[in-house]
Amino acid sequence: MRTESRIYLGVGSFFLLILIVYFLWSKESTGSVLLLASAGLGILPGLYMGWWSRRMKPRLEDAEVVEPRDISGIVGTFPENTIFPFTLGIGAWLTGLAFVFGGWFAVIGMGFVISAAFAATIESKRSSLAEAANRRGAED
Amino acid sequence: MTSVLSDEKTTSNVEAQRPPGGFYRWITSVDHKVIGKNYMYTALTFMFIAGAMALLIRTQLFNPNGHVVGQQTYNELFTIHGSIMLYLFAGPFAFGGFANYIVPLQIGAPDMAFPRLNNLSYWLFLTGGTTMLLGFFTASGAAAFGWVAYAPLSSNPYSPGPGPDLWIVSIALVGFSGIFTGVNLVTTIFYLRAPGLTMFRMPLFTWSMLVTGILILVAFPVLTAALVMLYADRHFGAHFFSVQGGGVPVMWQNLFWFFGHPEVYILALPFFGIISEVVPVFAKKPIFGYRGMVFATLAIAGLSTGVWAHHMFTTGTVLLPFFSALSLLIAVPTGIKVFTWIATIWGGQIRFSVPMLFAMGFIPAFVMGGITGVMLASPPIDFYTHDTYFVVAHFHQVLIATTIFAGFAGIYYWYPKITGRMLRERVGRWNFWVTYLGFWVTFMPQYLLGLRGMPRRIAVYSATDGFTFLNRVSTVGAYVMAIGMALFLVNVVWSWRRPVAAEANPWDGATLEWATSSPPPAHNFHSLPPIRSARPVWDVNHPEHADAAPVIAGGDESAD
Repeated sequence: MRTESRIYLGVGSFFLLILIVYFLWSKESTGSVLLLASAGLGILPGLYMGWWSRRMKPRLEDAEVVEPRDISGIVGTFPENTIFPFTLGIGAWLTGLAFVFGGWFAVIGMGFVISAAFAATIESKRSSLAEAANRRGAED
Repeated sequence: MTSVLSDEKTTSNVEAQRPPGGFYRWITSVDHKVIGKNYMYTALTFMFIAGAMALLIRTQLFNPNGHVVGQQTYNELFTIHGSIMLYLFAGPFAFGGFANYIVPLQIGAPDMAFPRLNNLSYWLFLTGGTTMLLGFFTASGAAAFGWVAYAPLSSNPYSPGPGPDLWIVSIALVGFSGIFTGVNLVTTIFYLRAPGLTMFRMPLFTWSMLVTGILILVAFPVLTAALVMLYADRHFGAHFFSVQGGGVPVMWQNLFWFFGHPEVYILALPFFGIISEVVPVFAKKPIFGYRGMVFATLAIAGLSTGVWAHHMFTTGTVLLPFFSALSLLIAVPTGIKVFTWIATIWGGQIRFSVPMLFAMGFIPAFVMGGITGVMLASPPIDFYTHDTYFVVAHFHQVLIATTIFAGFAGIYYWYPKITGRMLRERVGRWNFWVTYLGFWVTFMPQYLLGLRGMPRRIAVYSATDGFTFLNRVSTVGAYVMAIGMALFLVNVVWSWRRPVAAEANPWDGATLEWATSSPPPAHNFHSLPPIRSARPVWDVNHPEHADAAPVIAGGDESAD
C-alpha cells in the first residue's frame, strides 16, 4: 500500500508546489482554485492510504516472494449478469435528454433510475442464487 | 470452516454460472472482457463515422470556394468530428476498451474492481455518444462551435437550438462514464493485483492506465462542472461566461483547458503504454529503464495539469512565462520515453510483425507532432501560428500517431488474445504502409499552409490565397489514409470469415495476459504462474535464461 500512497502524495504535492508558484506569481483565481482542488485530490487519498498502510498487515500484492499456495484458492467473489446497470444507464440518459427536450423525459428517466436503484439494492441484499445456496450450505 | 465454505461456494458458483446467451448476455454481462469489447467496437464505429466527416471536410477544401457542404454544415462537421474523435473515440477506446480488457489480465485479476459500475460506464458512453449524433437530426443542426465550445460563441444568443444542448448532455454523460472508469481502473490496479505482483513489477501499460485513471479523476469533473455552468448560462439566465452580467468569458477557457490539457495526456499515455508493451516483445529485450519510464509517466501526469493555459496565450490574460516553461518541461519526460523505446530496440532481435511496424511508425510520427508542440510552447511562435493550420497539423500528428498508429499496434498485438484469431500479416502490412503514407501526405502540407497564414475552421478560401495546391495534396493524403483504414476492416472481416486460430501466446509475450488462453475463460485464469519479476510469463517460458531467477530485494531482511 505504501507505493500506492506515495503515488498519490507525489502527484498531489507537485500540484501543491505549482499552485504556490502560480498563485503568488499570477494572482489568478480560477486556475489557483482548480490546482488547489487537484492538490487535495492527490493528498487526501494519499494520506488515507498511507495511514492504512501502517495499520494493515502486509498484503500479498506487495510481497516480493510468494509461494504457490498463496496464488491458489478463492481469489474473490464477483457479481453475475445483471440488468440493472443497463436500466440505470437508460434512466440517466433519458434524464439527461430532459435538459434538452423537456421535463417529461425526466419523469420516465427518473422512473428507470429509481427502479434500478431499488432493484439493484434488493439484488445485492439477496446477492445471487449461488450466494443463497452457499448460505444454506454453511448452515447445514 | 473457511475451507468448507469456500468449497461449497465454488461448486454452487459453477452450477449457477449459466450465463444467458445472445442479446440479453450483451446487455447484462458485467465481465470486463465483454464490456471492453463493447467499448472497442463502439469507439471504432464512432471513429469511422468521424473519419467520414473528416473526408467531407477535406473534400470541401479541395477546391477554392468549395461548395460540397454549406458553411453551417461545415462548422457542424468539424465540431462533431473533433468531439467524436476526442471524447468518443480516443479516450474511451483506450481507457474503456483496451484498459478494460487488458489491465485485469495483466495484473492477474478475475475482473475489474466494480464490474457493475463498469457496465454502467459503458451504457453512459453509448447513450452519450448517440446523443451527440442526435444533433444532426434536429432542425437547427448539431453543435457548431468547435469541440472546445468557447464562450460566448456557445452561449444561447449565438448558438441557439437543441443541437448545442444535446452536445452538452452528451459530453456530461460521457464524462461521467469516464470518471467511473477512472475510479474502476485505479481501484483495480491498487487492490486486485495478483500475489507477488508489486507495483514495480506491473507492466508499463498498466502503469500508464493507472496514471491515466488519476488524470481522469483530476480532469473530467472540471469539465462536467463547466458544462453545468454553460447550461445554466444558456437556459437559467446565469452569467458565468457573459460580460453583460459580470461574467468572464475567458473563465470558460480556463475551466475547459484545465480539463482539456490533461485530456490530451489521457489520450496519449495509454498509447505510450501500448508502445512500451509492443517494443520489448518484438525486440526480444526487457524494456530499457523500467523505473525511468514509470517516473516519466508520473512526471507527465503532474506537468500536464500545470500547462492548461498554453492554449490561451493569445487571450492576453495568462501568465506567459509560467505556462511556457512548464510546457517546455513536458518535453523532458516525453523525450525520456522516446529514448527508452529506442534504447529498447537497440541491439534487440527485432521481428517486424505488424504490431512492431505500427510501433516503429508511431515513433517518428509522434516525434514530429511533439517537436512542433515544443515550438508552439514558445509564446512568440504561438502568437504567430495560433489558430492556423500549423496547430491543426500539430495536434493531428500527435493524436493520429498515438490513437491510430500506437492504437493499431495494440489492436494487432492483442487481437489474438481478444478474439482467439490472428489478423493477416500481409493485409496488415498494407494497412500500415498505406495509412502511414497518407498520414504524412495529409499533414505535412498543413504545416506549410499554417505558416502561410491559412486559419483553421474556415470553410472556403479564395483562389488567390495560394492555398490551393497544398490543400489538394492534403485532401489526396486524407483519401489515401481512408483506404489504409479500410484495409483494416478488410483484415478484420477476413479473419472473421476465414479464422486462423491463435495460440495462447503467439508473440512470445512476457506479461500475464499471455498466461491464459486466447480468448481468456470467464474470470480469466485457471492458474497463475509464479510472479517473481516484471516478466512472469517470460520466466516460465524461458527458464534457460539467467534473469529468470527470482529477484529478491531488501538485502539481509529477506535472507533466511
